Amino acid sequence: MNSAYSEKQCIISGVGQSEIGRRLPRNGLQLTIDAVKQALDDAGLSRADIDGVSSWPGQLQHAAPGFSPVAIGDLREAMDLKLSWYNAGYEATQMSAVLNACLAVASGQARHVICFRTMTEASSMAKGIRSSVLGTGSQRISGTFQWQLPFGAFSASSWIALVASRYMHEFGATREQLAQIALTARSNAMLNERAIYRDPLSLDDYLASRMISDPLCLFDCDVPIDGSTVIIVSHRDCAPDLKSKPVHIEAIAGPLYGRDSWDQQADLTRFAAEDAGKMLWSRTDFRPKDVDFAELYDGFSFLTLLWLEGLGFCERGEAAAFVEGGERISRDGQLPLATHGGQLSAGRTHGMGYFHEAVKQLRGEAGSHQLAGERKLAVVSNGGGNLAGAALLRRE
Amino acid sequence: MGPAPELDELNAFFWTSGADGELRMQYCDECHYWQHPPSVCCRKCLGEGIAAKPLAGTGTVGAITVNRMPWMPGLKVPYILVIVELDEQPGLRLTSAMPGVEPGAVQIGDRVKVCFEQREDVWVPFFELLS
Repeated sequence: MNSAYSEKQCIISGVGQSEIGRRLPRNGLQLTIDAVKQALDDAGLSRADIDGVSSWPGQLQHAAPGFSPVAIGDLREAMDLKLSWYNAGYEATQMSAVLNACLAVASGQARHVICFRTMTEASSMAKGIRSSVLGTGSQRISGTFQWQLPFGAFSASSWIALVASRYMHEFGATREQLAQIALTARSNAMLNERAIYRDPLSLDDYLASRMISDPLCLFDCDVPIDGSTVIIVSHRDCAPDLKSKPVHIEAIAGPLYGRDSWDQQADLTRFAAEDAGKMLWSRTDFRPKDVDFAELYDGFSFLTLLWLEGLGFCERGEAAAFVEGGERISRDGQLPLATHGGQLSAGRTHGMGYFHEAVKQLRGEAGSHQLAGERKLAVVSNGGGNLAGAALLRRE
Repeated sequence: MGPAPELDELNAFFWTSGADGELRMQYCDECHYWQHPPSVCCRKCLGEGIAAKPLAGTGTVGAITVNRMPWMPGLKVPYILVIVELDEQPGLRLTSAMPGVEPGAVQIGDRVKVCFEQREDVWVPFFELLS
């Protein structure tokens, strides 16, 4: 395999995460610094070693309160970082913070890059502001949201529910099958003291819960939190100097070939996850069968089904059957998913949390929710619809 | 039910089309291709010979959900949201709603036709069952 690919020069040298909670007394910048300090300590680096910062989507303080409250500039000023390279932007794939960090490190623009994702959605919601629900003000709508909001499709739950309805219609998938994504996440969260929801969840509880937008119920939607997650991407040459066990970035991809839309793509139930899967496996000699566990995006449970197919863990249309009964995706199964509880039960860390969890598992440092046995290779995926990024992480 | 769109030179034809009861989208005469949302050129040939053209206004329900969450004060729930496959071209679709139709009365595959709701200077295209 082409060893010149940028990510093959890169390792994840440190990970850190602030407290994750439903409503915390610390603001977004404080939470971010908490996570940065922890990641530095984890890696055995000092802040003087950091010469790059990368984030997605960049600060959106006023457009979507709580969704992305911290700017790179805020962090740079607060911690007096000396940056050779920094990058953020909304018009990029959700995994772009990490993907771009790999490009920067491999090309010599930076040697140690902080990648962060901070959310304060729980506190914003407590003030009556939902960043995930748009168009609730009196302003007129422009841009792509004009094709959803004027019709009453205010929330991503409805956009994704529409696609889920089509998927169930075409492939005969059932709510009982979809439930396994939420139930698996919850049973893992019960072992993770940092998860948000840790009470037992049964199939009956799931089926009896409040519908949000049919066929999605309350437990199909992830939980908004306050919290920050940081990973540090470093050049692999630094590995001998680190305190942590390096985790290699074997492959990473974030393409978009299809329509940038929820309703105009050639096939209503095929999204960029498939493109990300194909590109990911083109950059490595490993294959889906080699993967020991997967941290697949579960902002909505249904998105995990699309990722299972997109990444080639099962055939098109077979994901619901793949997860049926839950055994295959349980912590002792063929492909454990959402090992910390996923975003559904451990909180919407919005993509970066899966990296944190995968690194901890690969190092054997996940504590009370550590998987049994040798775990050397993990897939992480981010996004839904036109946003799709996937990474393959490898322990030495 | 929702906010009105901001009209601009690209989208105004679409959002005001309902004034005469017709649904219009961009059509390229060269490629015989319908495209939505509107753009500055045909995405097949990149030509600028695209123009708003009336559609039959009929289609088939391709996807459906019932939103049950009152996302804002005064929002009456439940209501039906649909993605309609328009008759003119495979994959030409519109995300819309079916106001006033009872949840359970519509399913994927049902035939529908456009109807409009005026909001100030905008006509929002909704759908109703084709009887």
